[in-house]
Amino acid sequence: MQETSVAINVNKSPELDQRLLKGWYKYRIGIMFSAPFLILFFVFTVVPVFTAIFLSLTNYNMIQKPSFAGITNYRLLFTDDRVFLIALKNTFIFAGITGPLGYVMSFVMAWIINQLHFRNVYSLAFYAPSVTSAVTMSTVWLFFFSSDRYGFINDALIRIGIINEPILWTKDPEYILWVIVIISVWMSMGTGFLVFLAGFQSIPQYLYEAAAIDGIKNQFMQLWYITLPMMKPQLLFGAVTAIVNAFGVFDIAVAVAGIPSPNYAGHTIVTHLYDYAFIRFQMGYASAVAVFLFILTFYLGRISMKIFSAR
Amino acid sequence: MKKSNSFNRKKSKRNYANWTIVYMLVTVLVIITSLPLVYVIITAFKPLDELFIYPPRFFVKRPTMRNFADLLGGLSSSVVPFTRYIFNSLFTTSAIVASTVLISSMGAYGLVKHKIPFGNIIFNIIIGALMFSPHVKQIPSYLVVNRLKMLDTYWALIIPRIAVAYNFFLMKQFIEGFPDELLESGRMDGAGEWKVFSRIMMPNIKPAWITLIVLSFILNWNDFFNALIYTSNQSMKVLTLVMQQVGGTSIARQGAMAAGAFLVTAPVITMYMAMQSNVLETMVHSGIKA
Repeated sequence: MQETSVAINVNKSPELDQRLLKGWYKYRIGIMFSAPFLILFFVFTVVPVFTAIFLSLTNYNMIQKPSFAGITNYRLLFTDDRVFLIALKNTFIFAGITGPLGYVMSFVMAWIINQLHFRNVYSLAFYAPSVTSAVTMSTVWLFFFSSDRYGFINDALIRIGIINEPILWTKDPEYILWVIVIISVWMSMGTGFLVFLAGFQSIPQYLYEAAAIDGIKNQFMQLWYITLPMMKPQLLFGAVTAIVNAFGVFDIAVAVAGIPSPNYAGHTIVTHLYDYAFIRFQMGYASAVAVFLFILTFYLGRISMKIFSAR
Repeated sequence: MKKSNSFNRKKSKRNYANWTIVYMLVTVLVIITSLPLVYVIITAFKPLDELFIYPPRFFVKRPTMRNFADLLGGLSSSVVPFTRYIFNSLFTTSAIVASTVLISSMGAYGLVKHKIPFGNIIFNIIIGALMFSPHVKQIPSYLVVNRLKMLDTYWALIIPRIAVAYNFFLMKQFIEGFPDELLESGRMDGAGEWKVFSRIMMPNIKPAWITLIVLSFILNWNDFFNALIYTSNQSMKVLTLVMQQVGGTSIARQGAMAAGAFLVTAPVITMYMAMQSNVLETMVHSGIKA
């Protein structure tokens, strides 16, 4: 195995050699089983995170070697890049709405559906949009939001008499972000819903029975005093995925508004990252965007951990 | 495990009325949320003249397979047949799912049931990786793939997406609860470690890896970002990319679009439908204890 050869090559002193061989013998099965995952995980997750941090401090266009630039990229990002500030604003509006809304909705729906007959049918119907492809379903939604009178939404609004002229939903900068929000909310049950639904079933029945004796009367009191505290691990997991998904908005934005979108109305942090990294190949600058997103989501994740820490 | 709809439903009239309202509300919500999906199915079977009817009509009168024939039969002017995109999606997704299930289970087994140096630190790093947006690693991953000359190959679409923190986490939750005695008795009977892993442990944690297959299939089948950055050659594109390319709201394309959307969404929904109870059973273990 390659681990042994590495271990032997690295050191010269015989005692250390002995110790390493002993260590290898003790750990060999664990290492052999976990090596494939860990190697790929390190190459494509751990190393990239640190590389991104390093690259964000350089100018790198993939042709010349990266040249050190200090915090210039970050300074430009926050003081000079008007488009990034738009992306930041859009992403925060988007995440501020779809994150909490999707999270609360998926919890409430899971809570209600868990108490119904035909639970499986209802949960399937609610969860189905979340397993579909965001890009594909956005193109379908575009027919609903179509700018001419063939669009169902324009058609309906004109019939009711709310508007006279069709609205250019996906071209008018005023509406683009809201179209993205609507489609995202539709798809946002996410993993949270499943974890919650499963979580409800993991709470032992006797807790509710004991509580009933102690004077917990209705299902809202049950929810507050028993269900929520017992579900902390699931709630935390749901929160973390909601944060990561909300701030990583890209697929739907691109499918609805394209790159660049009219007046950058559908521009998000990840769109900005994509634009600089894979269209302009300014890898250093794009990495600064990536690192910012990393710090943002990681920090929010830590806050959720504090909130939901099981005491 | 017993169902936890625990509160006693009193048989009073008021309660009965309340429940009727809840059922009605939820049913209406379900109908609204499934409209776009229903629309895909209906439109995919609409003949051309019905697509052009004004005012637009939701339902189909004379269903036809024409849209699928157009989509698959190369009536489109492009050089690459649509079936190629289906193959690309199916092949890369299956390869990722198979590898990730194997590698994550092995990894979790090695880390939990045996020892490796710095095991705890490694596990904490993996948990940490659950917590940030995966876009952070895209640029360096791209540079690695580029350096390895793997751009525009299946390797680029498969290799970077195998070792996923969440998959490892899920398997670890299950393997941790697996009794050591069973493994030990296998070893007593002379089974090697691989046999213990593949013949004793894996069959016993079937719900876990079936769930992993479902979730990983859904995630990778729907992936857009990776495909977007790693492929530029038209013949290497996957379904989601193509759906975005042919997007646009021209009515003439609408039938073919819907047929395409049908082909992209039907497999994941069917798969999820078949496996839902299994997935739910597994997700109980998905909480993070902070």
